[in-house]
Amino acid sequence: MDLFQIAIIITKIVVLTFIVVLPLVPLSVYFERRFSAIIQDRVGPNRVGIPFTLLGFKKDFHFFGLIQPIADGLKLFLKEDFTPDHVRKAFYWLAPALTVVPALITVCVVPFGSPISIFGHAEKLLVADLDIGPLFVFSVASLSVYGITLAGWSSNSKFPFIGGVRSTAQMISYEIALGLSIVPVLMYFGDLNLSNIVQQQADHGWLLLPLWGHDADHTLTSKLLFWFPAAIAFLIFTISIFAETNRMPFDLPECETELVGGYHTEYSSMKFAMFFMGEYAAMVIGSALIITLFLGGWSIGFGLDAEVAKLHIGDFYFGGFIHMGCFLTKLIAFILFFILVRWTVPRFRYDQLMKLGWVVFFEAALINVFLAALIVAAPDLEKTIIGIGAILLVVLTASVIWVAKVSEETPKTLRA
Amino acid sequence: MAVVKLQRPKLNLGEKIYFGALIKGFFLTMTHAVKTLRGKSVGAESLASSGLGVTMQFPEQRWDTHMPDYYRGAPTLVTDEQGRERCVSCQLCEFICPPKAIKIKPSEIPSDDPWAKVEKRPLEFDIDMIRCIYCGLCEEVCPEQAIYLRKDYLITGLKRADMVHDKKKLYEIGGVRTGLVNKWNELK
Repeated sequence: MDLFQIAIIITKIVVLTFIVVLPLVPLSVYFERRFSAIIQDRVGPNRVGIPFTLLGFKKDFHFFGLIQPIADGLKLFLKEDFTPDHVRKAFYWLAPALTVVPALITVCVVPFGSPISIFGHAEKLLVADLDIGPLFVFSVASLSVYGITLAGWSSNSKFPFIGGVRSTAQMISYEIALGLSIVPVLMYFGDLNLSNIVQQQADHGWLLLPLWGHDADHTLTSKLLFWFPAAIAFLIFTISIFAETNRMPFDLPECETELVGGYHTEYSSMKFAMFFMGEYAAMVIGSALIITLFLGGWSIGFGLDAEVAKLHIGDFYFGGFIHMGCFLTKLIAFILFFILVRWTVPRFRYDQLMKLGWVVFFEAALINVFLAALIVAAPDLEKTIIGIGAILLVVLTASVIWVAKVSEETPKTLRA
Repeated sequence: MAVVKLQRPKLNLGEKIYFGALIKGFFLTMTHAVKTLRGKSVGAESLASSGLGVTMQFPEQRWDTHMPDYYRGAPTLVTDEQGRERCVSCQLCEFICPPKAIKIKPSEIPSDDPWAKVEKRPLEFDIDMIRCIYCGLCEEVCPEQAIYLRKDYLITGLKRADMVHDKKKLYEIGGVRTGLVNKWNELK
């Protein structure tokens, strides 16, 4: 590897992580506050701007309050960074970093756009073109549970501890559903490379919107048939991402009503901000992953991607940047969906959360794997084998539902 | 005491699957969002909203004209139609004031004063607006109807001393109040 390539990689890391993804974190905080306000018939932060009146101009410029996150960050930065006496210092200091870093590392496999090329030199708009994209994301992102657990434990106080324990149990449970739910998707694409997955979706229709780019290998019927397992996988994956990122219907680890602030009760100033950032970064990455796997990633769709990729000025093919804009639009739309869910669905009870993870999603994801396998393999199989497979699948589903129903404990009646 | 057994409602399949309720919820929240953006939230009109939700945006819009008659703002001292200060420094308000915000220093009215027969007036009358809780007991207890809660609500200051209203300031906000107490007039 020569110096030029290293320079390119470093540029990509700096640009994609620190100029594209990191600003999305305060931006999503702004969206969170503003959209929540709008849902609740309020106005939300719309004042913070550049005080031109101090410089002698007639009007302040508010930017709709878009400067608010900077003000918030500045406030957190200037606050006293207090370390309580009773904490286990090393882990207490390590924990916030452990929640932020994994989320930001996973950025490196997310494809932001189609390749751009200058002077015949094509460059993909992602940092590391790994052939194990989703696996890498899961393995690294699941490290962030250490951050939360260590924060809860090292704080050496009751509420953070309960929060930490809850988050450990929750994140480990949902990791299973998360991993199993995308098996059908990977089976369908036959590839673990995220940029190839997106390229396939751009060519042959998004997984959840397969309406263009039909050919002999990708017939409309086969794609529409696969839509059902894909939709189930999407549902399970999305809800599991909510649980993984500790977002609202599942935010039991920091459940304010019961646990004060949960695992970050004892934290202040920038250390608290790091948890905050880690949470939002995880949300951004989670949405990016959902979009990449199910909603076509950077693809504009409807067969327009090939044309966009051809756009150029001289030797500079800039279609990748348009795709990047498309990707970021989808990302922000999905973040808004996260916020909408937050204000729609009330918080689950802890046993409901565990039941949903272990009894419903785990089984559903497992059955979905078989269903997807049957549909993917169907063109190569004989009709009788497909029939037997379908019957087996129905029997399996019925038995799983039956077991789940039987094993459900009937609540003991109180003796009057 | 009899034990009442509560029967949990039996849910049908649709309710158990939960998605119907979720989608209904999404519609509800989105309706609120859209209505907020269009300035048509429930109550936006009666609350004189700024056009975004039901909120009135403060420095530009004020609710002064929407203030109800019974609004309790800053306590003030008032003079009557002849320019006489009504307060006779009986100190009842000072004694009743729950947060002890009022401090009065009484003084005698000199005999050459046209209102000499009133005998007393406050030399100093301070209301500490940091302490004041706007309960209105001072107004309630005043036998001379000299202290009134006016509709001023923007009581601000840069230091604690700014927040203490002295006699001059209190009369300035209070202004003139006519009628009712006429017992000190020559006419009577």
